[in-house]
Amino acid sequence: MSKMYYRELYCGSPTRFWAGLALLGTIIAIGLGAAYYMEHQGHWVTGMSNQIVWGLPHVFAIFLIVAASGALNVASIGSVFGGPLYKPLGRYSGLLAIGLLAGGLMVLVLDLGRPDRLIVAMTEYNFKSIFAWNVILYSGFFAIVGVYLWTMMDRSVSKFNRPVGFVAFFWRIALTTGTGSIFGFLVAREAYDAAIMAPMFVIMSFSYGLAFFIITLIAAYIWGDREIGDLRLTRLKNLLGVFVGAVLYFALAYNLTNLYITQHHGIESFILLNGGVYTQMFWIGQVLIGSILPLFLIYSPAFDKSRWAIAAASVAVLIGGFFQIYVIVIGGQAYPMNLFPGKEVVESGFFDGVVASYTPTFPEAALGVAGIAVALAMVAVGARVFKVFPETLEDPND
Amino acid sequence: MSKKSDQPSMDRRQFIGGTVAAAGAVTIAPGVILHAVAGSNEQTEGASSEHRWGMVIDANKCADGCSACVDACNNEHELTDLGRPETDAAWIRTVKLKDKQTGNISRLPVMCQHCEHPPCVDVCPTNASFKRVDGVVLVDRHRCIGCRYCMMACPYKARSFIHEALTDQSVYAPRGKGCVESCTLCVHRIDEGVMQTACQEACDKAGHGAILFGDLKDPNSEISQVLKKYNSVQIRGDLELNTGVRYRNL
Repeated sequence: MSKMYYRELYCGSPTRFWAGLALLGTIIAIGLGAAYYMEHQGHWVTGMSNQIVWGLPHVFAIFLIVAASGALNVASIGSVFGGPLYKPLGRYSGLLAIGLLAGGLMVLVLDLGRPDRLIVAMTEYNFKSIFAWNVILYSGFFAIVGVYLWTMMDRSVSKFNRPVGFVAFFWRIALTTGTGSIFGFLVAREAYDAAIMAPMFVIMSFSYGLAFFIITLIAAYIWGDREIGDLRLTRLKNLLGVFVGAVLYFALAYNLTNLYITQHHGIESFILLNGGVYTQMFWIGQVLIGSILPLFLIYSPAFDKSRWAIAAASVAVLIGGFFQIYVIVIGGQAYPMNLFPGKEVVESGFFDGVVASYTPTFPEAALGVAGIAVALAMVAVGARVFKVFPETLEDPND
Repeated sequence: MSKKSDQPSMDRRQFIGGTVAAAGAVTIAPGVILHAVAGSNEQTEGASSEHRWGMVIDANKCADGCSACVDACNNEHELTDLGRPETDAAWIRTVKLKDKQTGNISRLPVMCQHCEHPPCVDVCPTNASFKRVDGVVLVDRHRCIGCRYCMMACPYKARSFIHEALTDQSVYAPRGKGCVESCTLCVHRIDEGVMQTACQEACDKAGHGAILFGDLKDPNSEISQVLKKYNSVQIRGDLELNTGVRYRNL
């Protein structure tokens, strides 16, 4: 294979670069303003309540964190599993992973009741809490991927690339297992007490992370007027198809298990049949837009090497993934906990037995979108400052 | 200077040394010294594992339409009604149930069940949720970062997040925006030696006597006698959390 040269990504037009960055900066500023407003007023100005304690910011945060670990997959395939076609994409894979995680964590931290006490979270650990583990897993991810990028970019330390790649790969599996386990160990809530959540989140991360990777890679090469060959894009596309199918399989296994257990029939009929907006999000968002549409775009011979189909499939996977996490996080809380099996709640002073209502507010959405903007801004600046992207990704001749 | 002078026996060097040591002790270990002082006062002795505080609630005695326990709790801990029920704090609530098969109606107050194995304590990343050795489950408001994971984990929906800035709080129930809180089993009363929670006091005054507070570890306590004599259940007993709050006739 011919030698690969990496070069800083300069946009074809400087105005477009700085205008793009200014737009992202504005979105981030609005998000930070929204966080300041929510923190100063208190959470009553949001749609969240004592019934829906985690709202839209958590959906964005979990979506970005899950996607972050998945975005690192391309680097792992290159250096751990020895895929030569993927190796030139490794640097960008690491940069995107760091950007997405930073965006997700910003949203998560700024939605805390006491974000000013972050130092407490960093110094006081309850090792029985998945959250405490996640604090370590998330901070460690930055450090490990940082070193991983170093071994990819500096020839003098490139001999450590493979072992560091292994560590990064296992760390990212642990990270997503930890994120999925947030929901796996909640014994009291019918939507969540399932160990399948952890592996399901791992496979979700593969899918969302790769979709983010493909769409931003295509955008970057258009942005920088560089060439990208069909061979790599087709490989990435086929891999995305496998991951989308796997997510669908896990969703099927999760729901079929619940359908077998009588105790869980309530939550299943809520999500699958009569949960209103959550049912629509599941069938239209997660299944139709997030799974069937991308599978059609990826595997239909009509769209063989169409870049628009690949881009559209990636966007559909991201939209579907967002809805999937929305249904898991908000739908799972909206369905009432069953404190009194066999009894119907006639009256309650605290909303027992009724579906909790949740309407997201603008500040919550602004904070969440700012998380995506942070990820994109870090990628845009990182790719311009460091030699991340190969000069060309044209198909190799040999 | 002669040793026979009328100066204090401490010489200059000793005096400086003593002053530095005292200042150092105040600076470095104020907690230790304050603790030592506190330890000499019987009333502020720490919780003891010789007790496990709990309650037994008789659902048959919980009167329809009565809210004495809820009002008393709100009053005791200055839980303000801001007219926003979805975000207002509720440490205790009444629930009316109908058996789906038989149509039997029951009514009961629900609050933090003060589990022996509290899921809120398991999931709290910063150890802010904790259980005292006498079984009372509390939130350390200095450590709580407001992540609400405990609210996700609690099987009883017993916890409230504080959604706005608060003023005029009770001295024994310090509360604050951005933290999570729940029933303290009137721990301030326990620590003062008053063996009656605000909800029990109100229920007794209203003439219902549905709530009985006491020491589950003392075999001679009234609560232990009642629990030994009569059948009682735990809410979500299947989770085997060994709750400190038990229910009769549910």
